[in-house]
Amino acid sequence: MRYLPLTEADRQSMLARIGAPSVDALFRDVPEQAYHDGDFDLPDFKGELEVERLLRGYADENLGANSVPCFLGAGAYHHHVPSSVDYLIQRGEFLTAYTPYQPEIAQGTLQYVFEFQTQVAMLTGMDVANAGMYDGATSCGEAVAMAMRITRRSKAVLSGWLHPHYREVVETNAHFLGTEIHSEPADPLNGTDLSALIDDQTACVVVQNPGIFGHVRDYSDLAAACHEKGALLVMIVTEAVSLGALKSPGEMGADIVAGEGQSFGVQLGYGGPYVGLFATRQKYVRNMPGRLCGETVDEDGRRGYVLTLSTREQHIRREKATSNICTASGLCALAFTIHVSLLGEAGLDRLAKLNHAAAVTLAEKLEALDGVELLNDTFFNEFTIKLSKPADTVVEKLAGKGILGGVPVSRMMPGAGLDNCLILAATETATAEDIDHLVSSLKEALA
Amino acid sequence: MTKDTFTGHRGLMLEEPLLFEQGQEGRTGVDLPEPAAVKSRLGDCARGRSVPLPGLSEPQVVRHFTRLSQRNYGIDSGFFPLGSCTMKHNPRINEKVVRLGGLGDLHPMQPESTVQGALRLIDDLADWLMKLTGMPAVAMSPAAGAHGELCGLMAIRSKLDSDGQQHRMRMLVPESAHGTNPASAAACGFTVDPIPANKRGRVDLEAFRAKLGDDVAGMMLTNPNTCGLFENDIIELAAMIHEAGGYFYCDGANFNAIVGRVRPGDLGVDCMHINLHKTFSTPHGGGGPGSGPTVLSDALSAFAPLPYVVKDGDRFRLVEHPGDADEKPFGRMKGFHGQMGMFVRAIAYMLSHGKDGLRQVSGDAVLNANYILASLKDVMTAPFGGPCMHEALFDDAFLKDTGVSTLDFAKAMIDEGFHPMTMYFPLVVHGAMLMEPTETEGREALDEFIGSMRFLAEKAKAGDVDRFKNAPQLTPWRRLDETGAARKPVLRWTPLEPDQQAAE
Repeated sequence: MRYLPLTEADRQSMLARIGAPSVDALFRDVPEQAYHDGDFDLPDFKGELEVERLLRGYADENLGANSVPCFLGAGAYHHHVPSSVDYLIQRGEFLTAYTPYQPEIAQGTLQYVFEFQTQVAMLTGMDVANAGMYDGATSCGEAVAMAMRITRRSKAVLSGWLHPHYREVVETNAHFLGTEIHSEPADPLNGTDLSALIDDQTACVVVQNPGIFGHVRDYSDLAAACHEKGALLVMIVTEAVSLGALKSPGEMGADIVAGEGQSFGVQLGYGGPYVGLFATRQKYVRNMPGRLCGETVDEDGRRGYVLTLSTREQHIRREKATSNICTASGLCALAFTIHVSLLGEAGLDRLAKLNHAAAVTLAEKLEALDGVELLNDTFFNEFTIKLSKPADTVVEKLAGKGILGGVPVSRMMPGAGLDNCLILAATETATAEDIDHLVSSLKEALA
Repeated sequence: MTKDTFTGHRGLMLEEPLLFEQGQEGRTGVDLPEPAAVKSRLGDCARGRSVPLPGLSEPQVVRHFTRLSQRNYGIDSGFFPLGSCTMKHNPRINEKVVRLGGLGDLHPMQPESTVQGALRLIDDLADWLMKLTGMPAVAMSPAAGAHGELCGLMAIRSKLDSDGQQHRMRMLVPESAHGTNPASAAACGFTVDPIPANKRGRVDLEAFRAKLGDDVAGMMLTNPNTCGLFENDIIELAAMIHEAGGYFYCDGANFNAIVGRVRPGDLGVDCMHINLHKTFSTPHGGGGPGSGPTVLSDALSAFAPLPYVVKDGDRFRLVEHPGDADEKPFGRMKGFHGQMGMFVRAIAYMLSHGKDGLRQVSGDAVLNANYILASLKDVMTAPFGGPCMHEALFDDAFLKDTGVSTLDFAKAMIDEGFHPMTMYFPLVVHGAMLMEPTETEGREALDEFIGSMRFLAEKAKAGDVDRFKNAPQLTPWRRLDETGAARKPVLRWTPLEPDQQAAE
């Protein structure tokens, strides 16, 4: 058993020092009827080669997004991750470190967390960000809870253009806390004027930009309407690369930004682990959930970093904490930070333009097809088309031809009457050939 | 900060400024093609100016993060006996397989026909977890241990509501519980009622009995508990809470102590989260990500959250919506389907051990902890004696009148070459020191550690206070001012104003 260093001789001599006759005897506090001496219907141990073969067996039954043209988005995006990202996050001192409880020997983690917080604040146009949440959807749930704490109000208005998974997480939390949620119906053609729905019990309005169907909007007027009525504007970002091209949530007047950071440095990984982004205004910092890293000095006056403001957290405040979260997505936040560092101002600007250009090119070609209607007036790298046939069967046909050709709206919103609608994303990974391949295959599938 | 040398370096421990203090405008670490000229479809939402991130080349970025990594201590660097955190060896085969294109590059919304292997893997992992725990169901999607707690509590709440037991709002939580337990209970709408510990470091049975009533929703209990002890009244406790009409949540953070030997289902547990990153070794990555699948009893299984995998003949299918479910799911907890990256690593670890190896895991983890306990109890103070489970608990009684605190002792351990143990937790003993060696440490490492702890304990008793008060000395940084950091929080780098730049 290659991970277990003790030899049988070690075990015997150690038992002698303990004064116990056997390892089993050390379990004597376990009630006899609960000590499982029986067998398990599970395999015995395997060597490394065999384990690798078994895992390849699982992998070989799947179609990797990297090996075929991929136009899937809806909250997770296929981007190229520079090689140095994966190399650096696998350095053992990062990979195998724990929460930096001993800052003198964890400055590596603490400094990158501080850099991550700064990058997220800069990208979103907000004052401060935390060290990361589980993912965008859970981050959204926490944003609504935070808005309720700040305003002491109990209602939230959710845009119909919010990612359905995000909406469902908010609704699940709200169900158990007895809070009131107003969800607007999803309509890819019309966004509701949400300002009409704000009353004196509204804690927050939650919008997503770009929305689930891809539309981009300037929500400055909605922010003003929220503030006039004492509510907060929560802005959700599921595609972080869009922050390089669009007016920032901060510029529009958002109070809390919650988002998904997977697009920078984190592999698709079938949905997780990802990294939730969470940023807000300075005045709300003590209401923020999750971990925070702050700057300080050591005894010699050298600049250093520590976890701080932990009096908001579960390990001190217990049931009165701002949230029950104790984990941060540390390693995913590191991947994000490295990727954003590699890009810099010039790289991010170009990456965002490449994404937009690929999506515009794809949209123009699709618009020209019979049986395809583009439903967006605006978009960044993702948009929705209405087909002359149900989207799920079309997507299956495309998969049969080796193309991952979009997310049918019905997959996320069954029963919404949008069965013919398909959400497509084009990133910098989509080549001209990929786009042509999709367009011609879609044409065939619709014929 | 004043610089003693021209470079500001101390030998090869190189100073590393923040990213934002480096770089040149226009420089970048990625080569991307020229974007095609297209008509913008951004409407009135286009950004006015680009995000003023620093411009760094690829070699600069690699060097920056390599230098940062060198300021970190991880389990690859050495012994890491942080109690309750389970810092065990992270096998690199796990990292290799999770990056296979057919596992790492899957989009969560791909058609089911293109992800049959991924769904089979989730189903197989669920099968391992159910068999090892003796439970009939498992919710795979929770993203971390605390998220798993919330999942279990939401299932309990849903069951109570469906049985017309809306008035049961009180959740019993021992004082020694992880802080996430009461926080999760509150996040699910319960009121928290603490249960005291007895002199043996276990839940006080009589105090527990006195708390029972028809408004009790359930109890949350960590087993083995945070004192490193098996709750030997657990079967009675479970029976009592069930008789009172409540449910039993078990915090499974310490499952690695009993895996392969005790099935929580045999103890009367209704739900328990499993920290895959602890028991089944996925990298802790500076504090995450984690993964917290939650096993559920027959009573609660119908309420498991969405989504879940079902087997249809020889095909696997994802149930993502309430309308497609035969059961009564309480909702969705996160985006997509769970922490697949953790699932892959966990199943690779399980296969590497097999059922025989996992039984050895708990045996060696418990043996190592008892070895530390037995080897130190004459110089340090162990409040509850032995045997312990996978972690050994000491208190600060042996430091009485020495002027050395638990914190000082921990900092001095760093100078001796060890990551400190967990301090001041659990709260039920004064100045707690909780040490968890795990099964991946050999006897040589334990003997070195024991030798250093004995040395420090003797130095403290001999009045060598300076060694402790000034520790750590041999670290890249000395003790950091945490109070100052909290008083005036600086949570991000901020660009200097133009007049400040001129003054520099």
